[in-house]
Amino acid sequence: MTMPRTTALTALMAALALPAMAQQRDLTLFTDASDPAPKAAFEQLVKGFEEENPDVKVTVNTFDHEGYKTAIRNFLTADSPDLANWYAGNRMAPFVNAGQFTDVSDVWEENGLKESLAPALSSMTIDDKQWGVPYTYYQWGIYYNKDVYKQAGVEVPKTWDDFIANCEKFKEIGIDCLTTGTKALWPAAGIFDYLNLRTNGYDFHMQLTNGEIPWTDDRVRKVFAEWARVLPYTTPNVAAIDWQDAVSNIVQGKAANYVMGNFAVATFRDGGMTDETLGFMDFPEITPGIPRAEEAPTDTIHIPAGAKNVEDAKKFLAYVARADVQTAMNETLGQLPINVNSTVGDDPFLKQGFEVLSTAEGGIAQFFDRDAPAQMAKAGMEGFQEFMAYPDRLDAILERLESVRQRVYKN
Amino acid sequence: MTVSPAAALPPNGPPAPRRRRLGRKLAPWLFLAPGAIMFLVYVIIPIGQSIRISFFDWDGLSPKVWTGLSNYAELWGDPAFYTSLKNNVIWLVLYMLAIPAGLAIALFLNQTVRGIRIYKSLFFFPFVISQVVVGLIFSWFYAPGFGLFFEMTKWFGGEGVAVLANPDTVTYGIIAAGLWPQIAYCMILYLTGLNAVAPDQIEAARLDGAKGLKMLWYVVLPQLRPATFIAVVVTVIGALRSFDLVSIMTDGGPFGSSRVLSFYMYEQALSEYGYRMGYGAAIAVVLFAIMMIFISGFIWKMWRDEKGL
Repeated sequence: MTMPRTTALTALMAALALPAMAQQRDLTLFTDASDPAPKAAFEQLVKGFEEENPDVKVTVNTFDHEGYKTAIRNFLTADSPDLANWYAGNRMAPFVNAGQFTDVSDVWEENGLKESLAPALSSMTIDDKQWGVPYTYYQWGIYYNKDVYKQAGVEVPKTWDDFIANCEKFKEIGIDCLTTGTKALWPAAGIFDYLNLRTNGYDFHMQLTNGEIPWTDDRVRKVFAEWARVLPYTTPNVAAIDWQDAVSNIVQGKAANYVMGNFAVATFRDGGMTDETLGFMDFPEITPGIPRAEEAPTDTIHIPAGAKNVEDAKKFLAYVARADVQTAMNETLGQLPINVNSTVGDDPFLKQGFEVLSTAEGGIAQFFDRDAPAQMAKAGMEGFQEFMAYPDRLDAILERLESVRQRVYKN
Repeated sequence: MTVSPAAALPPNGPPAPRRRRLGRKLAPWLFLAPGAIMFLVYVIIPIGQSIRISFFDWDGLSPKVWTGLSNYAELWGDPAFYTSLKNNVIWLVLYMLAIPAGLAIALFLNQTVRGIRIYKSLFFFPFVISQVVVGLIFSWFYAPGFGLFFEMTKWFGGEGVAVLANPDTVTYGIIAAGLWPQIAYCMILYLTGLNAVAPDQIEAARLDGAKGLKMLWYVVLPQLRPATFIAVVVTVIGALRSFDLVSIMTDGGPFGSSRVLSFYMYEQALSEYGYRMGYGAAIAVVLFAIMMIFISGFIWKMWRDEKGL
């Protein structure tokens, strides 16, 4: 599969090696931006950079989004580009620990990124060093059907107790209060993350995903106890439902609320929902007084250890971090810029998301499968899925997760 | 295959010159070489490599760490491994239903009626389409909320049965989907076999008063033995390497209850949350050992048949 690409790349390199282009410097960027919007955003990014640096020629190599996750492990060790995109948090830890990413703390220092990219600083830092530059993120929260809220005659809840009280009302008129589709596992993790962030706070959540707290801890049980309150009002059989199919429950008014990321807005709109019928709310408060933390998975660009043109790659990172660049790029992406001096597009959900994230005093979590190491994430998400179907198996689930924790984090 | 060039020489012919005799000896090896090299490079060596990797702890990036048998020790106590093993056994047993079902359809279709070819093609159709498509069709069929099967069970039982969301039914649901193309495959094997059934023997049996099941059991089936053998081989191997349907329909879920060994191996070694190459390789070795039992059985039988024993 990579054969034609490699051949094309070699041919390209041969062409560039012609004497006439001797002064021109090359920069290769590998990206997973295969969907239309990300692809356009990256094209725009590269074009802008080349206009400002006419002596640098950037070659973009686009991989299929899912295939990239495997491909990156091959190309980092074999045929490394100068730049590659990836994700923040624990997702980049294996590459950092294996020495596959270059330390770019100097780029952060020289460009004042610790201030301008402050929301993502902690998720880009391992061992007090920064390992890449974030360029976009998006908020998670609860998307709801405004018509269904009107039908049940309830208000948008501020606290978890209100939320559960609403659920009772929804049940009376035969509507699922909460829907999701956990066939791909991760949608269940969104619910767990928010319940934990609201019950125990950001620091506890990070300690848990870092393996510092046993899964059998009483505070973890408390999270599942809160979850159990909403299970009777949750769509049944979610384990066999794709997240896109669960979207249609909201669209058709069969369900009221859906804990999701902002990328789902496009799917809601495809289903015929408008800003009049689709609403977004921040996940309601559970334990009063806890600093409000949010979930916002961040996409990043890194310099692999095997990069040939590190100097220009660092220039590129500094360019990506700029406020105006992030504004333009995220307008195309339909997501949120990290740079605090950037501005957000006209979309009401993005505006709300920007507001929610920039005022989150508790901290920004990445997402369960990016904060926890891969094996823990997988076992955890399976546990959440099982808990949603069989809440009475909680003890067995937690003990299993605890044994996975003891194995995964031991080195 | 059995005709060796040396045996083809007339016994009392003039003695062949040395070079020609050497050529005769070399020729079969030369002809075998391309296949043998491919087999060596793409099958034998990777098997050895997998076995080797199964003794290491390796994430595909960092250096390998020798851990001896610890991957196997972990497998021994891993409930997910036993779930996969159990599901593989269920697959193996239930997949065998494809053979009698394929035979029944083949017998039914083995008649001369107007348009029989169209019916035959229609019955063969599920084997032609991709497993991915079969998986998608069946997962929509079972889907809670809009699936035909779900709606039907709702009609009869009041509450819909979401086959793929229930850990007790999910494997059977996937096997049912797998049987659909597999039955078609067995059917086509039997249809070609039935073409080769000697009409004079049928005639003779009929004169002796054989009919119905007796005719099938004593006259037709023995002549179908080669077809049955192939059908068993492809079905056993198909059951053991079942992967596509599990991956498409449930992704191993709900909470890992529909995993089979090949899927668990993929999950541990190559999926997004895996990259435990050593552990995945250990699972692969176990799967290989199980397959080897069947494969050596098949090879032994073929070898015996060829020798005419």
